Amino acid sequence: MHVSTVERSRPRQPLTRRQRLSRADVRYSPYLYVAPFFVLFALVGLFPLLYTFVVSLNDWNLLTGPGEWVGLANFQRELTDPLFWNSIFNTFSIFLLSSIPQLIAAVAIAAVLDTNLRAKSFWRLSIIVPYVVTPVAVALIFSNVFGEKYGLVNNALQYFGADPIMWKTETLPSHLAIASMVNWRWTGYNALILLAAMQAVPRDLYESAAIDGAGAVRRFRSITIPSIRPTMIFVIITATIGGLQIFTEPKLFNASSSVPGGPQRQYQTTVLYLWDLAFNRQQFGRAAAVAWILFLLIVAIGLINFQISRTISTSATKKSRQTKRKAVA
Amino acid sequence: MTAIVDSSTPTRTVTGPRRTRGAGVEARPAWFIYALLGALLVGSTYPLYWSFVMGSSDKSALVEMFPPLLPGSQFWTNVLEVVDTVPFWMALLNSVIVSSVVTISVVFFSTLAGYAFAKLRFRGREGLMVFVIATLAVPTQLGIIPLFMLMKQFGWTGSLGAVIVPTLVTAFGVFFMRQYLIDVIPDELVEAARVDGASMIRTFLNVGLPAARPAMAILGMFTFMTAWTDFLWPLLVVPQNPTLQVALSQLQSAKYVDYSIVLAGAVLATLPLLLVFVLVGKQLVSGIMAGAVKG
Repeated sequence: MHVSTVERSRPRQPLTRRQRLSRADVRYSPYLYVAPFFVLFALVGLFPLLYTFVVSLNDWNLLTGPGEWVGLANFQRELTDPLFWNSIFNTFSIFLLSSIPQLIAAVAIAAVLDTNLRAKSFWRLSIIVPYVVTPVAVALIFSNVFGEKYGLVNNALQYFGADPIMWKTETLPSHLAIASMVNWRWTGYNALILLAAMQAVPRDLYESAAIDGAGAVRRFRSITIPSIRPTMIFVIITATIGGLQIFTEPKLFNASSSVPGGPQRQYQTTVLYLWDLAFNRQQFGRAAAVAWILFLLIVAIGLINFQISRTISTSATKKSRQTKRKAVA
Repeated sequence: MTAIVDSSTPTRTVTGPRRTRGAGVEARPAWFIYALLGALLVGSTYPLYWSFVMGSSDKSALVEMFPPLLPGSQFWTNVLEVVDTVPFWMALLNSVIVSSVVTISVVFFSTLAGYAFAKLRFRGREGLMVFVIATLAVPTQLGIIPLFMLMKQFGWTGSLGAVIVPTLVTAFGVFFMRQYLIDVIPDELVEAARVDGASMIRTFLNVGLPAARPAMAILGMFTFMTAWTDFLWPLLVVPQNPTLQVALSQLQSAKYVDYSIVLAGAVLATLPLLLVFVLVGKQLVSGIMAGAVKG
């Protein structure tokens, strides 16, 4: 605006110059607007990822700096290291223990919230209370709840005459405890996402199905589930990306262990293993190799998820179209 | 693509009334549904309440078979102990600075980029947008080793800049704003502003920003929460100049851990977000539900 008044006061070729400026404005401004993201991503996202690969090809030490070029030896070393495989096992075990029950619970909760409830917003609010508790606080709280001596859970078990469970020293119990932290914080959040998807289903679909004699269970299986499938896949993909990089919960689960991830690495996840390698043992080259393997693993699982979801969603639309047709008939 | 948040947009009305009562499908649910929801309510709030009870008692309460039902009187004593053990005030200030700067930056740059992707025509737009979406599925966190080396090289470790800079604009933010703006601003409005002789940035400020406000609020809320809860990266780059989460985690590594103090700290670190929850809980719910409908 300001520019235009200045231009107007100058009689010499006012229009062409303004037009030229304006054309440049139209042509280049969009690039300027999207540039911050791409510049930052290149610097702190893409470059570090690619450079991780370079680091992984060297015998790189934090203190001595870039060392000898060792080719793929770091990869070879990690892929034959039982501690690496232990971390992969722990990561997947905790991931499965948290994602599968969580998804089932979230779908069930969403279905309950999708009914014609009284005080709807109250119930919706109540299930996301855990989401506002920070992961560090969750880890501190649950490492007490699952304390071996005086923990809330073991106290309750002993009250009912059961033996206390060694949550922090046995593998499966520790995985369950860590998975329960993740489940506690995220189930309500994911339930709301799925609820949003359920509410997007046209209600008349349910009504015509009900008129056709489909019971509640049948309606849920044949209408609700196929309709929310894309959202379920979205939830699964985000859970995978986050879950395979789990760090905070196992890191803070047992403060008295000097090895991150438990005295016998019972719940040392891969990112925790990577952390230990890089920042406690200064083995940057090996840690970078671990980072790359995990990166490839996550991307591969993401692609498989994507492929499966594409196949499913095409067959799902076919199915729901059939349901619709049936409803019309 | 479904409209975000605003349920009065025409896309929704086209599909017809969403909630028609009757036909028996939408009857009020039975009592046991409420019992179930009540159990969920207890499950989702009790651990937090329990930490408050424990954090307000002395450590003898932890040993008891039955946890006390009511909070004790020691909360302030324990809080003072927390403040003494870790650099609490510095950490709180650091967290406020980091989260605020990150939030303002993410919201501004994401809105700008989201607006460009939604409403401006330029060569390569589709390709660049696909790239943005693809980066959502890339675990960039795994680049921490070179990123750490980079920060060390710049001498940034220990300063808040190292925490702030990597998250100044996010792919999620750009994507979220684009999804919102694409439906909310009519193309004619942008064109009209151009015909009136407004520059590109003027058009953005006068047309784009006002329309983007509701989504900016939601994005801001989530960005603030994410920045506030971040742990791994701050733990790595600013252990001596900690954010609140890093300071809190240090409570546990004291030689003799007093868990009533640890739990008082856990409650303390949650308070700011609980405040957010109390003030804008409903927006949080609709924000989560809005971000979900992507397809």
